[in-house]
Amino acid sequence: MLRRLLPHPLLTPALALIWLLLVNRFTLGHIVLGLFLSWLIPLFTLRFWPEAVRIQRPLTLMRFIAVVLYDIVVANLIVARRILGRPEALRPAFVSVPLDLKSDLAISLLANTICLTPGTLSARLAQDRTHLLVHGLHVPDPAQLVADIKQRYEAPLKEVFEC
Amino acid sequence: MLDYLLSFLILTGAVFTLIGSLGLARLRDFYTRLHGPTKATTLGVGSLLIASALYFSTRGAGLSLHEVLVTLFLFITAPVSAHLLAKAALHLRLKSLAKPPEEEGGEA
Repeated sequence: MLRRLLPHPLLTPALALIWLLLVNRFTLGHIVLGLFLSWLIPLFTLRFWPEAVRIQRPLTLMRFIAVVLYDIVVANLIVARRILGRPEALRPAFVSVPLDLKSDLAISLLANTICLTPGTLSARLAQDRTHLLVHGLHVPDPAQLVADIKQRYEAPLKEVFEC
Repeated sequence: MLDYLLSFLILTGAVFTLIGSLGLARLRDFYTRLHGPTKATTLGVGSLLIASALYFSTRGAGLSLHEVLVTLFLFITAPVSAHLLAKAALHLRLKSLAKPPEEEGGEA
């Protein structure tokens, strides 16, 4: 019953929050309207998105977000220095990262994270979804890059969305 | 005090956006050039938006947080466009400084 009424238990609060941010006013009227809309919208879009997102370990997710934000800042500084330095000395490379993740959402989040953290860019997902091709701006050691991505980003994502 | 913080954030944002664009001019092949703009949107636009949220929350009427949404949508869309550009470039086999990866079997 509850599942019929609330097919995406996480989408509803997220949409309500986005509504409040969109109107940029935090009054009772808008909270009620936002909750109503965010209850209605998942029901109407159910056919496009049948599977509910389940988050296993919220704390791991929090830590993952913090790690990514920190990496964005640090890596931005590094890339900025590389751009201002000698572009000739850069050693760009394509690196193929083997994937342990299975679910679509987790893989897209990983690809997204790789693009957000400067210096790496996800370029292509292999058709059988076993490898993600990553382009690195400066890769002295491809094995190290793969290990970093797997340990820093993939492992927490796997914990949160799979297992 | 707040003014200093705001100016610091705006300057940081501007500097990183500038460096991101400089990357477009200085880097030498399509793939490395792609790195420039993705950087500018993360830290550069990020700190500009924090500055905007702080300014309008303290000077304007009430809390102003829709900058959070701008950040959220940027963080969702920028990587997707970068990924698609890289994918298209691979498909067209653009000249690359890095050793291009071997083709995978079968058409996409």
